[in-house]
Amino acid sequence: MNPLTYEKATSSTDALERHDGDTAKFLGAGTNLVDLMREGIATPTRLIDVTSLAQSIEEQSDGGLRIGAGVSNTAVAEDATVRAQYPALSRAILAGASAQIRNMATVGGNILQRTRCSYFYDVAGSRCNKRTPGEGCDAIGGFNRAHGILGVSDSCIATHPSDMSVALSLYDAVINVESEQGTRSISINDFYVLPGDTPDIENQLNPGELIVSVDLPAPSANRRATYRKVRDRASYAFALVSVAGSLIIEDGLVVDAGISIGGVAPKPWRATEAEAAIVGSPPTEEVFRNAAQIALADATTQPGNVFKPELAQRVIVAVLQDLAGDAQ
Amino acid sequence: MTNIKPNPSSRKSDPNRRQVLAGSAAVVAVSALGLPVGAQTTTTPAASGAFASLGVPHIRRDGAEKARGGAKFAAEYSYPGMVYGALVYSTIARGTITSLEAAEAEAAPGVVLVMTHENAPRLERPEPFYSSPTGMAGSSTPVMQDAEVLWNGQPVAVVLASTQEEADHAATLINVAYEESDAVTSFDVAAESAQTSFYAGRNLLIEEGDAEAALADAEVSVDLSFNTPAHNHNQIEPHAVTVLWQDGILRMHDCSQGVDLSAITIAKVFGISPAEVHLSAEYVGGGFGGKTVWQYHILAAAASQLADRPVRMALTREGVFRICGARAPTRQRVALGSNREGRLTSLIHTGTTMKIENNSMTEPFFEQSEHMYRADNMHLEIRAGTMDMLANTFMRAPGAATGTFTLEVALDELAERLAIDPIELRVRNEPDVNPTTGRKHSQRALIDAYREGARRFGWVPRSGERQGYREGEWQVGTGMAAAYYPYKRFPGGAARITLNGEGGALIETAAADMGMGTTTATAAVASERLGIPYEAIEVRHGDNTLPGALIAAASQQTAAIGASLTAAHEVLLAELVSLVPATSPLHGLPAAELGTAEGALYSLADPQQRIPLVDLVALSESGTVSAEGQGGPISEWTQDWSMHSTGAVFTEVRVNSVTGEIRVPRITAIYDCGKILNSKLAESQFRGGIIMALGMTLMEGASFDERNGRVMNPSFGSYYMPTHLDVPHIDVGWTDIPDPQAPTGARGIGEIGMSGPAAAISNAIYDATGKRARDLPIRLDALM
Ligand SMILES: Cc1cc2nc3c(=O)[nH]c(=O)nc-3n(C[C@H](O)[C@H](O)[C@H](O)COP(=O)(O)OP(=O)(O)OC[C@H]3O[C@@H](n4cnc5c(N)ncnc54)[C@H](O)[C@@H]3O)c2cc1C
Ligand code: SF4
Repeated sequence: MNPLTYEKATSSTDALERHDGDTAKFLGAGTNLVDLMREGIATPTRLIDVTSLAQSIEEQSDGGLRIGAGVSNTAVAEDATVRAQYPALSRAILAGASAQIRNMATVGGNILQRTRCSYFYDVAGSRCNKRTPGEGCDAIGGFNRAHGILGVSDSCIATHPSDMSVALSLYDAVINVESEQGTRSISINDFYVLPGDTPDIENQLNPGELIVSVDLPAPSANRRATYRKVRDRASYAFALVSVAGSLIIEDGLVVDAGISIGGVAPKPWRATEAEAAIVGSPPTEEVFRNAAQIALADATTQPGNVFKPELAQRVIVAVLQDLAGDAQ
Repeated sequence: MTNIKPNPSSRKSDPNRRQVLAGSAAVVAVSALGLPVGAQTTTTPAASGAFASLGVPHIRRDGAEKARGGAKFAAEYSYPGMVYGALVYSTIARGTITSLEAAEAEAAPGVVLVMTHENAPRLERPEPFYSSPTGMAGSSTPVMQDAEVLWNGQPVAVVLASTQEEADHAATLINVAYEESDAVTSFDVAAESAQTSFYAGRNLLIEEGDAEAALADAEVSVDLSFNTPAHNHNQIEPHAVTVLWQDGILRMHDCSQGVDLSAITIAKVFGISPAEVHLSAEYVGGGFGGKTVWQYHILAAAASQLADRPVRMALTREGVFRICGARAPTRQRVALGSNREGRLTSLIHTGTTMKIENNSMTEPFFEQSEHMYRADNMHLEIRAGTMDMLANTFMRAPGAATGTFTLEVALDELAERLAIDPIELRVRNEPDVNPTTGRKHSQRALIDAYREGARRFGWVPRSGERQGYREGEWQVGTGMAAAYYPYKRFPGGAARITLNGEGGALIETAAADMGMGTTTATAAVASERLGIPYEAIEVRHGDNTLPGALIAAASQQTAAIGASLTAAHEVLLAELVSLVPATSPLHGLPAAELGTAEGALYSLADPQQRIPLVDLVALSESGTVSAEGQGGPISEWTQDWSMHSTGAVFTEVRVNSVTGEIRVPRITAIYDCGKILNSKLAESQFRGGIIMALGMTLMEGASFDERNGRVMNPSFGSYYMPTHLDVPHIDVGWTDIPDPQAPTGARGIGEIGMSGPAAAISNAIYDATGKRARDLPIRLDALM
C-alpha cells in the first residue's frame, strides 16, 4: 500500500474542497477501496472519509424516497419503507456480501464498487485494459465464468458486481451528485457506461464528483417486485446471474413490467425491449419465455460462461412467473 | 442427533464385535480392555472412575486460550529489532531473471534489506519428502540461488523493513525482467509424456490377472472417466515464521506439522547441525498436510542472517497460494466388470496426475481400490506427468479424497445397471481378507457401518430405479458411498514421562497440535497408561528439543504417541522398581510384574499390594522420576495385518430445476476407525473433513491458468469454500471397536472424513436428476 493521509469530511462542501485532484479519493466504508489499495490497483495518497455525510433515509413530498449516500447497506435493507415499497431493493442488498460487510458498506460505495474480474485484481501478473488501457485483456481466453455476455467489448468483458444497483435500476433510481460546479442528477440506467475501447471509464462521474444521495421514484400501486440471485454457493458469493423483476397486472393483462439483470454485463442490464414485449399481454409462461429470449438475444459468450444466457432466461421466466402467481 | 449408547458390557467380549455402535455424542468411560497393553486387564483398577480417560469427551485443552486470543501463533512472537518480510513472486512459469531493479525499494522508507539470488547466502537444496527419512520440504528446488524461475509464483526477492506495511510497499517497487523459456503448463501436454509413477517406495502399478479381458467379457460393466482439479491449502492460519539467530542457534517459531523434521531439513539447507536449530510450533492454525517446509522458512532465515536482525515472515493469503503447494489435479478412469450377481470380475482404476521435476509426490488416488473390494482381476496404475508449477503436496486424505470419489461413483453406476441396491453391491464385494495383499483385517466392521448409516439416514433400498422426487422447483435425491483411509504409523515417535511429587505427570513429546486436539488426546492416553488423573497431566509438545521426531500426518500421530507412551511407561516402571523400599511387599518384583493405576505402583498378581507414586517419587534424589521411550518397531501394518479405516456416507441432495443450484440438506456418516479416544474431538474431526469434502465436491478448485501457469483465484474472495449456509446438519457416528493391532486401539480419524461425501453427493445428484456428475467441482451449469 502507498503512503497516504486520511481525513474526515464534515460536509459535502468540505469534502469537495478537500478533494484536490487525481490522487485524492473519497472513502466510504472502504470494503472495496481498501482492498483495491492493498492490491495496488487504486493508489490514492489522500483519503477523504465521507461516511458521516448524508446518513438519512427521507420520504419525499412526491412520495419517493431519498437515501443518503452514506447510509449503510444494512440500514437500507432494513428500512420499513424500503421493505414495504421497494422489496426488490431490500432483497438485493441482503443477497449480497456478508452481514458484516453490509453493516459497513455505504450506498455510494456500493454503486461505485469495481469489478471482481480476477485478472483485474492481479496487478503483478496479468494484463488488463481496465487497469492499464491498451495492455490487453487476459480474461478473454482465461477464466471467465464470472464475466459478461451483454454490453461487453473486445477490450473488456467484466461485469459490474453490485446486487443493490440491479434493484436500483429496476426502480429507475436517480443518483444525485455534487461537485464544485454544482449538483446534477443522473438516472442509474444512464450512470454506468459500456466499456467499448475505454473500459477504464466505468460511469459518468467526473473526478472529484461526490455522490450525495439516491432517489427512488414514488412506488406504483399494485406493483410486485422481487430479486433472485444465482451463485456458486449458498451465500457470500457474487451473482452468476441475478434478476430484479416487477409486474403490474390489471384485468388479466400486464400493464407494466420491469426486468433488470445482474452478473451479465458491465452495468445492471435493464431489458427494456423484453419489458415492452410483455406489456399488454397476459402473464403466461409463453409470454415470459419470449421476453426472456429477447432480453438475451444479443448475448455473446466465452468458454467459461456459455451457460449464462440460458441461465438468465430461466431465472427471468421463473421470477416473472412467481410475480404473476403472487398477483393471482 | 441420534445417540446410541454403547453397551459397556459387550466391550468385554470380542474386540471385533459387530453389534455395538457408538453415536455422535455417546459419552461412556470405558476400560482399556481389548487394547494391546498387556498387563492392564480386568483385574487392574485402571479402568475405574476418574482414571478412565479414554473415550471421555474432554474439551480441548487449548480451546480457552484460543478463544481468549492468548494462544501465540508463529506470527505473534516478537524480538527487539525485529523486521518484517515481504516477498516478490515471479510472474512467469519458466525462464531466467534478466534484471532485478531494487534501488527504489532499497531507498523506500523503513527498508533494511532487499535479498535476491544475487546476494542471498549460498544454501543447499532442501530435502523433499521421500528423498531421505527426514526430508520435510515440498521440493528440492534451490531457494533463491540462481536466476532460474521454475514456476509462476516463485519468490524472486525478499524485502525486510521496519513494518509490514513498509515491506509490502517496497516489494511493489521492485522491477523484475525475465527471459521466458518454454514451459509445460498444460495438463494435456504433460500427460503425453506421463510415466507410471514411483511413490512412497513402490511403483504405482498393480496388475492381477487380465483386467481388460475380464472387463470385455463381463456380463455387466461400466467404464467411466473423471476429472478433479488442483486444490490449494487454505488453513485458517496462513503460513508464518518468526526467526532469530542467537548464540549460534537458529531459533524459529513456526507453524509446522512436524517440528523435528522441519528443523533437520532447515539445518541441512544452512549446513548446520540440527542441534543448532530450535524450532517450535506450540499452536498451529490448521495443517492438513500443507504446514511443512516451504521456501518462506528458508528465505526468512537467510534474510535474517544477512541483515543480522530477527525476522517475521507472515505470508499473505496470496503468498500461501503462490508458494505452498497442495493437491494435484487428476484425470481418472474407473472401469468395473461384474457378473449378474454383482460380484466384481474386473476392477480397473488408472489415470494421470501431475507433479514437478523436483519432488516425488504423486497423488496416490488408487489406494482405496487396492483395499476396499475383492475383484478377480485388477489393473491399478497411476501415471504422473511433470509440469512447471508450484510443487504439489499432501492435502487431507491424499489420494483417497479424489480416488474414493471416482471409485464410489462407478460402483453406484454399476449397481444401477445391475439393479442391485448400492449397499448390497458393496456388501457382496466385501473382502474377507485384503484383496491385494491377502492379509487378514486387524479389525473391519464396514458392513455394520453401512447398516447403521442406512438406519439412521432412512436409506430407501433401490434396485436400479431412481428414488428421487420433486418438491416445487427442487429435485430431491439420496445417495451413498463408502469412505476409506489407510492406517499408517511413521517411525520416530518418542515421549518422556516425568512424575512429580504432587501426584501429577509431565508428558513431553515433539508432536504437533494443528488444532485437532493432540494435547488433549495425549493427556487422556497418558492418564490411562499411568493411572494418573487426566487433570494432573501436563503435556508439552511442538518443540524439536523435546523427545521424538513425530509428524502429524496421515492420521497417524495419535497412534505414534500411544506407542511412545507405552514404551516410556515400561522404562518408567523400571525406574520405579529401583525406588521400591525393602520393606514393601512389592520389593524384589520385576518391572514386568508391576503396573501403575490409581496413582500407585501395584502388583499385577495382587492388585491390593501397592505403593502410592508420590511416596516413590519422594524417595528419588531429584524429587521427580523421569523416563523416556521410543515408539518401537512398527510391526502392526508392516507384518501380518491389513489395517484400514472405512466408513459409510449418506447424503440427501436438492438440485434446483431452474438454476441447477445444488444444496445438501442432510449427511449421515458412520466410521469404522477402531477405538474413538475422545468423542468430542472425533466428531469435529469427522465433521470438519466432511465439510472440506463438501467444498471439494461443489465449489473448490484452483483456477490454474494453463496459458502461463498462474493461479488466478489466490484469495478467499475467489477460491470458494463452504459458508455456514452451505453446511447442513451432519450426523456422525462410529463403530468404536478397538483395533487390537493399533497401539491405543485407535486407527486415526483426521482424514477419512474427506473421502466418501463427494461420491455420495454425486450419486444423490443422479438420484435427484438422472444426471451423472463425474467432474469436480460439480457446479450448477453441469446440471442445468
Ligand atoms: C468479500 C466480499 C464479498 C462481497 N460480496 C458482494 C455481493 O455478493 N454483492 C454485492 O453487491 N457486493 C458485494 N461486495 C461488495 C460490497 O458491496 C462493496 O464492497 C461495498 O458496497 C462498497 O461500499 P463501501 O462503502 O465500502 O465503499 P468503498 O470501498 O469505501 O468505496 C468504493 C468506491 O466508491 C467511492 N465512493 C464511496 N463513497 C462515495 C461517494 N459518496 N461519492 C463518490 N465516490 C464514493 C470510493 O472512492 C471508491 O472508489 C462484497 C465485498 C467483499 C469484500
Ligand atoms: S475483463 Fe476487463 S477487467 Fe477483466 S482483465 Fe479484461 S479488461 Fe481487465
